[in-house]
Amino acid sequence: MRTLTRLVILLSALPLAAAAAAQTHKNDRNAEAFAALKASFAAHGQAGMDRLDQDKTQALCSTYAPHAPPAKLASPLQTANRDSVKYPADGKYLGDWKRGQAIAEEGKGKQYSDDPSKPSGGNCYACHQLDKQQIAYGTIGPSLYHYGKNRGRSEAMLKLTWSMVYDMKGYSLCSAMPRFGSKGILTEQQLKDVMALLFDPDSPVNK
Amino acid sequence: MRAKTKQHMFWLAIVVGAASSFTASLVWAQAATPADPVAQYRAMFGDDNPADLWVMRGQDLWQKPRGPKNVALAKTCDLGMGVGKIKGAYAHMPRYFADTGKVQDLETRLLTCMVRDQGLDRKAILKNRFGDGDRKSDLEALSAYVVDASKGIPISLPMTHPEEKRAYAMGKAIFYYRAGTHDFSCATCHGQSGKRIRLQDLPDLANANPEAQKTYTTWPAYRVSQGEVRTMEWRLGSCFRQMRFPKLKYGSEVAIDLTMFLAKNAEGGEMAAPGLKR
Ligand code: HEC
Ligand code: HEC
Repeated sequence: MRTLTRLVILLSALPLAAAAAAQTHKNDRNAEAFAALKASFAAHGQAGMDRLDQDKTQALCSTYAPHAPPAKLASPLQTANRDSVKYPADGKYLGDWKRGQAIAEEGKGKQYSDDPSKPSGGNCYACHQLDKQQIAYGTIGPSLYHYGKNRGRSEAMLKLTWSMVYDMKGYSLCSAMPRFGSKGILTEQQLKDVMALLFDPDSPVNK
Repeated sequence: MRAKTKQHMFWLAIVVGAASSFTASLVWAQAATPADPVAQYRAMFGDDNPADLWVMRGQDLWQKPRGPKNVALAKTCDLGMGVGKIKGAYAHMPRYFADTGKVQDLETRLLTCMVRDQGLDRKAILKNRFGDGDRKSDLEALSAYVVDASKGIPISLPMTHPEEKRAYAMGKAIFYYRAGTHDFSCATCHGQSGKRIRLQDLPDLANANPEAQKTYTTWPAYRVSQGEVRTMEWRLGSCFRQMRFPKLKYGSEVAIDLTMFLAKNAEGGEMAAPGLKR
């Protein structure tokens, strides 16, 4: 009887042990990469060596890439990212679409070669179609042409879009899209201006 | 020299064109056929590649005795094919070198030869690692000369030494490492086919495929926008800057491991460098 229990325990533990081994192996890959990176870079301009450190989201996504991490590990982080979103203090989501257009066009910001005293760009055009007149747009993200026109401007839609631009990793943990709010790339005012680009009826995005 | 004149003419054409259309420059960016500098360059000057000048200077640097020890690289430097042999050398790198006990890419191997065999000053060489007009880079010229001798030869890496295998595995891990203010890894932009940033097509460099071959086999390259020949060390440093990482050290482990990963994914592709790029 005792041997049987032991056998059962042993057998049920086997897949666990295997999973743990795979886990360690994968974590090691990322940890080893980190060590190599630390030895291969030098702080320069505004980009300090701390830029190489990973937060939990970055570490989990890197560890499992090119595959998605298991939902069990991903969903708590996703929730935490979504909870980190700060909504505009005055409750107003929309700024000036013209300034938003300039922010969406601007690719500079946060590189070691960039002037840290200047505001960063959002570079939305690098990955998205927005204004139909601008044909130099990237395709990593979906087209945002007619974004507001198609979705309307309900409070719920504004809030949802704000939180996605603020932290897309609250919706899709390993998204290619930077976390413009959470990572301090854009200021609250810049986020409002970009929101206006997406929603203002006069914005070329909705023409 | 012909190529150099052409290079100047090209820039003159651009400057004149830009001046006359200065006020219309906003419209320009929106034109139906976007300006492709490489296509423009070819339309004006045909298939000549100004990189030929770098190849010629590199040949000189390779063959003439230089440095405090007054020896020629052609007489001392082993790029993996035997002393002085350059044919096919680039197509079989990065690789493990027993004398240094390290996996090296072409640039770091050249550096070893120049410093150890010729007695040249490492710091002085690295100061000019990226040429800029009259301030010429010996590393870029030598690289152009050496890769030119691999034209038509398929990439094939030894990949027998454990250190070579380790470099490849590490290169892959680094390729997927996300960090920084923008959460970027190489895979964010180069992990799939058919995508672009603005108008620049993004090759899939994550797996062995024809795009990875076409990309790797055309580096080092003459960059029209810079008027310089650049090597893979420069290309990687530039992409890391866009990723908002700190500055990649020249010849660092990360540069070599990533190059190993990219080269492996390009295996079978025939070398066609120096290339001509935007
Ligand atoms: C590096 C590429 C990249 C950049 C830069 C980027 N995005 Fe995105 N974006 C994406 C991707 C990819 C998606 C698709 C959702 C996903 O996979 O996470 C997306 C989705 C979106 C969505 C949701 C679309 C929908 O239909 O639900 C919005 C809104 C958006 N982005 C706005 C922006 C704005 C505004 C900017 C500039 C401040 C921007 N993006 C910059 C890659 C990017
Ligand atoms: C934010 C997007 C982005 C990221 C992240 C990125 N790159 Fe790039 N990469 C580009 C763009 C855009 C180009 C084309 C540049 C040009 O045409 O001048 C490019 C070009 C290249 C090329 C040359 C392609 C060719 O056709 O000659 C190589 C090789 C390359 N990248 C490797 C890498 C590696 C390795 C990493 C990670 C260290 C990386 N890139 C990260 C955007 C990116």
